[in-house]
Amino acid sequence: MTRVAIFDYGAGNIFSLKNSLEREGAAADVICDFAARPGGDGDAAADAAKHYDGLLLPGVGNFDPAMRAVTRDSKSGFSDYVGHGMPVLGICLGMEMFFSGSQEGSEPGLGVMSGEVAALPDTMKVPHMGWNSLQIRRRGRLLEGVEDGAWVYFVHSYMAQLPAPPPPGGGAGGDVVTAESSYNDVVIPAAVEYRNYIGTQFHPEKSGPVGRQMIRNFLGVCRR
Amino acid sequence: MVKGTRFVEIRDAGDPVALARRYSDEGADELVFLDITASDERRKTIRELVRGVASVIDIPFTVGGGVSTMEDARNILLSGADKVGINTGAINNPPIITEMMGLFGRQCVVVAIDAKRNYAEPADRGSGSGGGGGPPVMLEEEGSGRRFWFEVHTYGGKKGTGVDAIRWAQRAQRLGAGEILLTSMDRDGTKDGYDHELTKRVVDAVSIPVIASGGCGHPDDMAGVFEATDVDAALAASIFHYQEYGVSGVKRILRDRGVPVRL
Repeated sequence: MTRVAIFDYGAGNIFSLKNSLEREGAAADVICDFAARPGGDGDAAADAAKHYDGLLLPGVGNFDPAMRAVTRDSKSGFSDYVGHGMPVLGICLGMEMFFSGSQEGSEPGLGVMSGEVAALPDTMKVPHMGWNSLQIRRRGRLLEGVEDGAWVYFVHSYMAQLPAPPPPGGGAGGDVVTAESSYNDVVIPAAVEYRNYIGTQFHPEKSGPVGRQMIRNFLGVCRR
Repeated sequence: MVKGTRFVEIRDAGDPVALARRYSDEGADELVFLDITASDERRKTIRELVRGVASVIDIPFTVGGGVSTMEDARNILLSGADKVGINTGAINNPPIITEMMGLFGRQCVVVAIDAKRNYAEPADRGSGSGGGGGPPVMLEEEGSGRRFWFEVHTYGGKKGTGVDAIRWAQRAQRLGAGEILLTSMDRDGTKDGYDHELTKRVVDAVSIPVIASGGCGHPDDMAGVFEATDVDAALAASIFHYQEYGVSGVKRILRDRGVPVRL
């Protein structure tokens, strides 16, 4: 059975997410730190690799408290935890945490992808809540079997802004974007992938059959 | 962006969990559960019901009814709802909107407004009348030319508040509402279509999403409110019950009339 850890920032409802994973046959544990497990050998990373096939960063909360929760025991706690290439799915706020920072707060982000998170322009209704279609840029792993133009559910007030070309020395530039979504004239990165990190600005657990496909795809990545 | 179709479920309409699953599978964009007569003894069963429904659907889920404290809101969210609807509790204690936004995020806070046309001149209550955020917006009824204003009602529509619905929507947004669920009491249950005047006035007065409710008797009514106003979603109950349409049937009719919907 695929075992996934959901990181709880202590901010809200992760019931739907846990439920959506369990419905696809995974076992989902809720964790609230990256400390070593009691009874383990004291090495958090080794414990994680032994116990979990993937990590979920859910999408409910505020940037600073969530970042502080994730880095409570130092940022290296997170890096070590997923350091063996553990697949990480960041949803909404979880995806926003992949970047170097956010206008929502002052804490530094995880910095695994280049870019900043900015407030949605005030020409839009904010928070943006609703179904939007995806323009798939490249299939990646999460979007396997998902049709171009598929509808997914968004709830957000912020969006990622990525540098267009890959930054000098390689790394994760704008080419990490696997799908975009357009709100009138605003184009937002809807899904990103880089190494073992997969992020969605929308909520797969609230996106009907299309979202279920993505949850299954992520669990497939976890099993690989 | 698409227009949302939302299904509202009230109690005593069959097995809510089975219905919720059916509507989710048929393509409803969101589910709203309003327990209009929420009483203390029902709170616990509601929590169980919310959990049951949340377990079988994978679309957004709003739950409201009898919410007056942070504890009520927290219980609903912990049971698996994505958003909390608050109506009377917000009129009686507006700062709770801000408290809810602070703890759960703006996107969780749905302020439900039950509005009814009032043809009487608003009472002059001096500076105290600003509960809704200003004096009533006086309007003129098309055809008759009669002057009226939209008054907020609470306690399931039983009590007029003297608060203007348009002003209250604006104040609710300032306080932290993420969405307005706007019900026309004049139209509710009539199947005469949505109140376009009310919907348009509120939509144009706020910059957060508004859901129109009350009066939908036919898919054309949904198309009508989307065509006449910039409303973000329309809520209905009874039309989805008829096998004749179903959720996907309603959405196909909307699509054929040029309304962008998820199908």
